[in-house]
Amino acid sequence: MIAIPPPFDLLPTLWRGVGVTVQLTLFGSALAFGVALIIGFGRLSRFRLIRLLATVYMELFRGTTLLVQLFWAYFVLPHFGVEFTEMQIGVLVLGLNYGAYGSEIVRGSILAVPNTQIEAGIALNMSPWQIMRRIILPQALLMMLPPFGNLLIELLKGTALVSMITLADLTFQGTLMRVSTLRSLEIFSLVLIIYFLLAYPLTLALRLFERKMAEGRS
Amino acid sequence: MLWNWDYALSILPSLLEALQVTIYATIMGFAFALIFGLLLAFGRRSKIRVLSLISGAFVEFIRSTPLLAQLFFIFYALPQLPYVGISLSPLTAGILGLGIHYSTYLSEVYRAGIDAVPRGQWEAAIALNFSKGRTWLNIILPQAIPPIVPVLGNYLIGMFKDTPMLSAVTVVELLLTARIIGTHSFRFIEPFTMVGILFLVLSYISSLGVQWLEYRLNSRT
Repeated sequence: MIAIPPPFDLLPTLWRGVGVTVQLTLFGSALAFGVALIIGFGRLSRFRLIRLLATVYMELFRGTTLLVQLFWAYFVLPHFGVEFTEMQIGVLVLGLNYGAYGSEIVRGSILAVPNTQIEAGIALNMSPWQIMRRIILPQALLMMLPPFGNLLIELLKGTALVSMITLADLTFQGTLMRVSTLRSLEIFSLVLIIYFLLAYPLTLALRLFERKMAEGRS
Repeated sequence: MLWNWDYALSILPSLLEALQVTIYATIMGFAFALIFGLLLAFGRRSKIRVLSLISGAFVEFIRSTPLLAQLFFIFYALPQLPYVGISLSPLTAGILGLGIHYSTYLSEVYRAGIDAVPRGQWEAAIALNFSKGRTWLNIILPQAIPPIVPVLGNYLIGMFKDTPMLSAVTVVELLLTARIIGTHSFRFIEPFTMVGILFLVLSYISSLGVQWLEYRLNSRT
């Protein structure tokens, strides 16, 4: 075997964690998007009960904090006879938590579509469903994209917390190797740099998109 | 019955005591972030290119990496830095981590506040022959800070909700206390649920406070 010069000999082990981090980000954000849509629309429902339930959900998941939720799912749920793998808990809690934050984005974007647009739809004799699908959503979804991009970056950073429930993501591999090699400075410098390399392209893509959106608008 | 009220009541005093550590870390961390964030905002505006570049890169890097990994870096890696390496106590490391992480967010908030002060105010200060320091202290900051107070408040709540991460670097705050209690008694339902409720109640009340601040600010103008 060819010896890799330090500190890069640490990379293969860290690399295994990167896969878990990326998986968590992908599945977690997919679930978060779904939850955000359901809760966001729920908060705008005509029915008071649905509005109330959606608001309670949002406040509950935003207020009790991500790490406490992860611990709760990891330590308490088994007492109720519910057994999940660490990966399932990670995806589930990340999705439910960031979905609660995302629901405000959905609600805000839909409310931001000017009322005259809806009136125009009514004037054209469109059904409420048609108005939603062909007038409100195309405009609202475009407005949602930049804040959802920011939320995706936050979620990527949030995945680090799953290391606390022994799920072997990038941060967890770092803490494991710290114990076995004691080369903390090299390990955590690399860990931070890898996270930066994962997150920063997202930031740049987001800025490019926002610039494109702003073109020809003013 | 899964939930045991006697047990819950018996652990409440220890949890409330640990809550003090959590709140102390939040306040100290936020004070650090307020000051360091303002320095970063000044740094980014600086005419000295190196300074503005370094401040900008620092903000981008810290904002793109997880607080938890930064905490591990401060607690475990910092002591190994050659020549300047220092070992910090868990609580100091935690406060420093929270403070540095949030200062990068606050620097952007400050920047927005400063940019919102009309140009005429700068020109008036020049016309009155104010020194640079006096312009900042008497003209710009008094107008830039009040509008951003609610945003700062939201970040304070955000920081409070991030304090459970300090348990990773062995700060015995609320969450770690609950975990220790749970490990000793093999009962996790009560401690973790109560920690969740404490965070929920405190952050909800604080967010009502921020909303009230926002309302007052809007009705003033």
